[in-house]
Amino acid sequence: MKIFEVKNLVKHFGGLAAVDNVSFEVEKGEILGIIGPNGSGKTTIFNCISNYFPVTGGKIYFKGQDITGLKTNKVSKLGIGRTFQVVKPLGRLSVLDNVIAAAFTKVKTKKEAREKALETLEFCGLDHRRDVIAKSLPIGERKRLEITRSMGTSPELLLLDETAAGLNPSELIEIIDLIKKIRDKGITIIIVEHIMKVMMTISDRIHAINFGQTIATGTPREVANNRAVIEAYLGEEYAHS
Amino acid sequence: MKKFMPLALLIVLLVFPIAVQNAYYQHLMILVLMWVVIGSGWNVIAGYTGQVSFGDAAFFGTGAYTAGLLAHHFQISAWWGMAFGGFMAMAVAFPFGWICFRLRGAYFALASLALNEVCRHIATVAEPLTEGMVGILIMPTFLSKLPYYYIALALAVFSVVCVQVVMRSRWGYYFLSIREDQDAAESMGIDSHRYKMVSLNIAAFLTGMAGALFMNYMGFIDPEVVFSLHDISIMAILVGIVGGVGTIYGPVVGAFVMVGVHEFFRTGFFGLFKGLAALTGSDYLIVVAKYVSHAHVLGFGILVVLVILLLPNGIVGDWNKLVGRFFPGNKKETAS
Repeated sequence: MKIFEVKNLVKHFGGLAAVDNVSFEVEKGEILGIIGPNGSGKTTIFNCISNYFPVTGGKIYFKGQDITGLKTNKVSKLGIGRTFQVVKPLGRLSVLDNVIAAAFTKVKTKKEAREKALETLEFCGLDHRRDVIAKSLPIGERKRLEITRSMGTSPELLLLDETAAGLNPSELIEIIDLIKKIRDKGITIIIVEHIMKVMMTISDRIHAINFGQTIATGTPREVANNRAVIEAYLGEEYAHS
Repeated sequence: MKKFMPLALLIVLLVFPIAVQNAYYQHLMILVLMWVVIGSGWNVIAGYTGQVSFGDAAFFGTGAYTAGLLAHHFQISAWWGMAFGGFMAMAVAFPFGWICFRLRGAYFALASLALNEVCRHIATVAEPLTEGMVGILIMPTFLSKLPYYYIALALAVFSVVCVQVVMRSRWGYYFLSIREDQDAAESMGIDSHRYKMVSLNIAAFLTGMAGALFMNYMGFIDPEVVFSLHDISIMAILVGIVGGVGTIYGPVVGAFVMVGVHEFFRTGFFGLFKGLAALTGSDYLIVVAKYVSHAHVLGFGILVVLVILLLPNGIVGDWNKLVGRFFPGNKKETAS
């Protein structure tokens, strides 16, 4: 079942086409990876989906509903959670309060929100840090807090923006496990990532873009062997070998 | 022990006017309680929601004028202003917030500063309605200060409890999220514009009620008094900052300190200079005494610099640090 669809998405910043006619769709329960060199427009796609700025053209559908131009908080309320590449913890609040604030998206009373938050913290493996002030967490746990907080909003679709960047190898394995665990819960995931190890192991399908345009799409193996992708990442001379 | 502090304070405040009959000290305490209300209001929008407002006087003055004009034009008791003043302040806050919450950070602060000035000018110019600079004079209801004291106390307790209840609720979490990171808050499904409005309206309501109380108590207002930038808006900020931004009891402590400091300067160090001048017969000291009493704003400035340098979280927020400095023995672990 198709849960999410982006149709002919266009985003111009002045004369620059940051996203140029990108289309993709996501099946329920799958992990779609979006790859591309720096500045290719990956994060911009996320920002268009959650409407941090208005799109120039194109349509975005979630569960059959047109969500183009819907306010950021409405998008989140509908069930699209997201994390930020540059983490945005609620610095002076405790880890638990961070997640409680997010849990209020779906529940009304504080008791329910607290329960939901504790449950989410345990699921994401951050419950031992729940009384720590968020800004005092190290980067690995801040990234984890980003995921936990967006999970607190009970999303059906999760947009992960470079959650693995800047992590050490053991943290990387943990985060991959967490993402798989979230997928096993039936939550659909779109992930933007640079680290190929992560992308190759967890993505069901990969969508490669460069200069805001789609250059390849398919299974991880197909995309990794695609000439245009190799060209974009390594340069033209490597594409022939 | 810390848990019983508010209760102990409340008991002290309840018996204060009975124990201290001196009208001057009772007057000061009424002002302190009024500032608790204003400070609590400012704390909601600026301390908890992070939208620093330089325009509290707009709400304060609106509340005061509502009470005054009801009595002046319609001959109804100015006490009705206590009810309507809060709502009229919200009526000012609503369109202002609706438009200006599209601005962030310092730009919002500047807009609120402008609101302050706009309101002051309207009150000055709209003479048929507000009598302009002539001001509004009403007859005081009570001769004794006691009723005013207890009404002010009730209002102060109401506002502190009100802030506490709000901050423990869903709204409280929303306000804090918006303060910490508006983009993150939006991504968590929080309508930041709407909840900034809610926060501003709570602040305006409390401040408006304090304004109405001021009208009833003082019996006279004019635009320069109730829409004053430095005596109301800046003072509200100081009460918040000195007491502790984003703490429930910060404005309470801040109100005591700031009213104290204000009086300290206004009276020329509680008459110290005048006394010295009389004692030594020096003309020079008389001049100094006059300048000191006019220099309270300068005193505020120095105090703010000291507080920001030494106690960035205010007296309540940095209480443990403060205790640790004076009694290094029982230093407790501080959170941040």
